[in-house]
Amino acid sequence: MIEVRNLTKRYGDKQAVNDISFKVEKGEILGFLGPNGAGKSTTMNMLTGYISSTSGQILINGIDILDDPIKAKANIGYLPEIPPLYVDMTVDAYLGFMYDLKKCKLPRKAHLKEICDLCKITNVKSRLIRNLSKGYKQRVGLAQALINNPPVLILDEPTVGLDPNQIIEIRTLIKKLGKNHTVILSSHILPEIQAVCDRIIIINKGVVAADGTANEIAAKITNEHKMTIRIEGPTHTSEDKKTIVAALKKLDGIKYVRADMEREKGIYDFDVEAEEKTDIRRAINQLCRDNNWNILMLQLSDLTLEDIFLKITMGDVIPGAEKAETQEKEKPKFDLDIKDGELVATEVEEEAKEVLEENLPADQSFEDDNNEGGDE
Amino acid sequence: MGAIYRREMGAFFTSGVAYVFLTVFTLISGIFFFFGVITAGNTDTSPMFGSMFIVVLFLIPILTMKLLSEEKKNRTDQGLLTAPIGLWSIVLGKYFAALTLYIIAESVVFIYSLILAYLGDVVWTTLLGNYFAMLFLGASFIAIGLFISSLTENQMASAVASMLALFVLYLFDSIVSNVSIEFIRKIMLSFSFYSRYVEFTRGVFNLTSVVFFISVAFIFNFLTVRVLDRRRWS
Repeated sequence: MIEVRNLTKRYGDKQAVNDISFKVEKGEILGFLGPNGAGKSTTMNMLTGYISSTSGQILINGIDILDDPIKAKANIGYLPEIPPLYVDMTVDAYLGFMYDLKKCKLPRKAHLKEICDLCKITNVKSRLIRNLSKGYKQRVGLAQALINNPPVLILDEPTVGLDPNQIIEIRTLIKKLGKNHTVILSSHILPEIQAVCDRIIIINKGVVAADGTANEIAAKITNEHKMTIRIEGPTHTSEDKKTIVAALKKLDGIKYVRADMEREKGIYDFDVEAEEKTDIRRAINQLCRDNNWNILMLQLSDLTLEDIFLKITMGDVIPGAEKAETQEKEKPKFDLDIKDGELVATEVEEEAKEVLEENLPADQSFEDDNNEGGDE
Repeated sequence: MGAIYRREMGAFFTSGVAYVFLTVFTLISGIFFFFGVITAGNTDTSPMFGSMFIVVLFLIPILTMKLLSEEKKNRTDQGLLTAPIGLWSIVLGKYFAALTLYIIAESVVFIYSLILAYLGDVVWTTLLGNYFAMLFLGASFIAIGLFISSLTENQMASAVASMLALFVLYLFDSIVSNVSIEFIRKIMLSFSFYSRYVEFTRGVFNLTSVVFFISVAFIFNFLTVRVLDRRRWS
């Protein structure tokens, strides 16, 4: 239904979208996931012909959007990030305008009524769009996209600004629409994508970082047995930390150990990761008993989509992790990262470096937002 | 094109632009009509039309200022540019909406002509000549205003820039008259909107001037299409 080949968009020096390729089949709901400024909106704007690509090809229903834009656009219903609403019109007049604009041939009254019912905007039909709440505006935007019953729906952050009830409503609606439409929707809200989409494409810094179902992506990236443990040592000083890290590292099947923050006075948290499918909880318990340490907390960290997202977008995993083989190769790389953490924990003066380490990810994400958010 | 035309016509009236435009137009042309024609005691409407150049110059930017600038600012252009229609349909829909309102305003002269017909004999050929001269002038000015509106997101900037541009066209003759080389001056004068327009108000129906005004309208609509098209590539 939609085929994208080597799509690239450059704004001057800035590479907004870099060589993206994917395919969406009929009746599929595809989720675009990525931080602000990742290139989601740019990609969608190219798919709908609002802006043109620097290079690459887009086929909508087999029609190239550059060769025959009018025919290709007739197949698309688009809800941009900011719904294109004329605030000086009533909902009714606006939908009538969009009906004419799209040269819709379906029976006018019945079609518009059906859409209004579907989007639950029948009760505001005669009101000026200016006076509608954000949620209703969003729904009018969605209604506009549905006019002429296009086989492809492209929705850019459709639930932004809605209250939780409305979000659920819209999600249900999108799921319903996905039965007879091909839907692409973007979001940076992970549960939403997880709840609605059959397939997810994670975009980061203009490239496809992962492509697959939520479970597939999770399986490729995680498989780690991770936990956070809070252990109380005998001396309540940083001495404890060094001893405990050293001892933990000696356990069988441990992949890495990293001392985390001092959560309680003189007591540290440790991030521990074991080899795949190794349960080390008992071994750790035994170790603590032998040394007379107290385990104050043990928390298994299951990777949620959120963690995956963070991992991918923070650059822990390099893009191209789609295949199992590459994932194998990646592991040492991943270890390397962690070894740094370990070094910090065992060798150098902890405090200063720890602070640095804690701040780093937050800084990075902040920078991303700043640099790229505006261009989307 | 039809959908955009109808929406713009509606927007002119809901936003009040149409009322302002029609009121000011009727008021000023009425003043010129009263002092230039009635109290002067003649039935020739040419003095009134002669003065209308400067009025049209300030009024047309009010019509065109937000036609495209507002679309860009409110991101409603995204709806238009992703709809299955061509750029020409978008531009011409807006262009003809503004032109229609202009023609409605201009047609008030037919009321004046009825008043004149009551008072004396109307020279209908001159009146119609003047009417069409003003129509063609407006047609080219609207295209220029629409083009300037496509260049900015700010409707006030669009209005001011359009007024300035049209004012320069008004002063064009006096600017050109300073050119000392006879040959160049003549060529430049052939681009003068004002002398072409004034020629009409003197009762000369010059077909090349008609072609000139229509060409200007076409060229600026074409440039507007190019601006919209180029924005996709930047």
